[in-house]
Amino acid sequence: MKTGRFWAWVVFILGAAYFFIPLIATAEFSMRMRRGAYSFDAYQIVLGDARFQATFMYSVVAAIFTIILGVLVVVPAAYWIRLRLPQLRPIVEFITLLPLVIPAIVIVFGYIRMYGSNSPLPFLANDTATNALLVIGYATLSLPYMYRAVDTGLRTIDVRTLTEAAQILGAGWSTIITRVILPNVLIAVLSGAFLTFAIVIGEFTMASLLNRPAFGPYLQNIGANRAYEPAALAIIAFAITWGCMSLIQILSRFAPKSANRPN
Amino acid sequence: MTDLSLSNQTIAGKTAPPSEARALRLPTQWIGVAPFFIFAVMFLILPTLYLMLGAFQNEAGEFTLENLIALSEPNIVAAYLISIKVSLASALIGAFAGLAIAVAIVRGGLPNWIRSATLTFSGVASNFAGVPLAFAFLATLGRLGLATVILNTVFGLNIYAHGFNILSFWGLTLTYVYFQIPLMVVIIVPAIDGLKKEWGEAAATLGATTAQYWRMVVIPVIWPSFLGTVILLFANAFGAIATAYALTGSSLNIVPILLYAQIRGDVLHNAHLGYAIAFGMIVITGLANVFYIWFRTRSERWLK
Repeated sequence: MKTGRFWAWVVFILGAAYFFIPLIATAEFSMRMRRGAYSFDAYQIVLGDARFQATFMYSVVAAIFTIILGVLVVVPAAYWIRLRLPQLRPIVEFITLLPLVIPAIVIVFGYIRMYGSNSPLPFLANDTATNALLVIGYATLSLPYMYRAVDTGLRTIDVRTLTEAAQILGAGWSTIITRVILPNVLIAVLSGAFLTFAIVIGEFTMASLLNRPAFGPYLQNIGANRAYEPAALAIIAFAITWGCMSLIQILSRFAPKSANRPN
Repeated sequence: MTDLSLSNQTIAGKTAPPSEARALRLPTQWIGVAPFFIFAVMFLILPTLYLMLGAFQNEAGEFTLENLIALSEPNIVAAYLISIKVSLASALIGAFAGLAIAVAIVRGGLPNWIRSATLTFSGVASNFAGVPLAFAFLATLGRLGLATVILNTVFGLNIYAHGFNILSFWGLTLTYVYFQIPLMVVIIVPAIDGLKKEWGEAAATLGATTAQYWRMVVIPVIWPSFLGTVILLFANAFGAIATAYALTGSSLNIVPILLYAQIRGDVLHNAHLGYAIAFGMIVITGLANVFYIWFRTRSERWLK
């Protein structure tokens, strides 16, 4: 057992080195802008850049719309499948896994060809519609994570009993969904939302191919033209991802613990 | 449709008169899942089918196999080969390293906080991909990166003089491993947790050594989910573009970058060849996932 523990430490330390050296190197590199001294100049330049602010805000707004769209599409479906149509579960689970099978670049390629300016549904005809198409594409990318999160949340509550109780008290469907089901799975929905946010905020492929002024293409552009700013941006991006994941962890502590109901 | 109305009638027969049931239940039965299916068909299934059909058509819309045959052009074959090599190498390295880390933190007798810290970090690192990851590796292993400089000045090892380049096969593989290992850890830890203590005790009671316990119990049980995850990692790397594009520009000719250039500027001078490339990508990741599902169903027999 002692040798086992020794090797466990070796593996852990090697792994930790592989994961922390790039982070340390990036942090160090990002502070090297001023000659001979460490400084936060690169961060100041990046954060003060008007294009950084504009593209970052664009992506934040896109992420928020993505989350709203994702919730509208996923929550009713996941709820309805638990309540009424369990036989559809395998089909829906298969569909939600498709975005992991079909690369994002293929999906957006399909959009460009199918919804071009001359098509019956010309999403690429103007900026507003293209923005909508980007949000739709992001919602597609986040489908596997959103569905899984919501379905896990629904598993911990007794959907049938809650619905019947609400119906007996005279609630309609919209009341049941917004005032009974949604509050109960709110934490699960929020976990899915933060994961979606982390995926969407720096997404490059779709935004770039749809020519949207998003954060991902901005990052790529800075990387191709600057030396120290990319390192600062990498640290900022890592902090954002870290923030989203921490929020999910914190939220999971508030999630209902009454799992493993037979339903 | 027919068997749907049939099942509705049988349910309705117990609770309400059939006429009323047909009027009220049929629409509501489907209304909850309708937005989901409309969304999935319009923005996931139809666009993909459109490309797949386009791969079999020429500019005039006639059926042809020429686009698929044109995939055998040397630069396209080279792109597929290097993509498959990078994806496979990063998936295998990521899988074995991830498995080692997972076993170390679950079974290695390390303090408890290490396990939770590793899992939290893995959740973050598996989502830390794309353009920023490329920046991090350029700052680490680029020509002026910290690791490159320290290896050179402290250990006298100039990795660039020895043929290493971050803008190469190994550079890209090493970068991809950064999100492959954590993904492996996140997926495989539950599988290792699923190994029941009783199995170890039973093996020990029957006189098995630790090596025998691993060879005859642990590895056979973990094997399907391990292989399944390798395939998932492969598909994950195969479709990725942002990291490679930010890291190497278009100097490394992998399939997603080729397709990206084709979508932007028709570099292959044949729009339908782009469809064929997309079709090839779907076939490869699709096949990978068929195997994944197959291994997954095999592993679930044990890990309930």
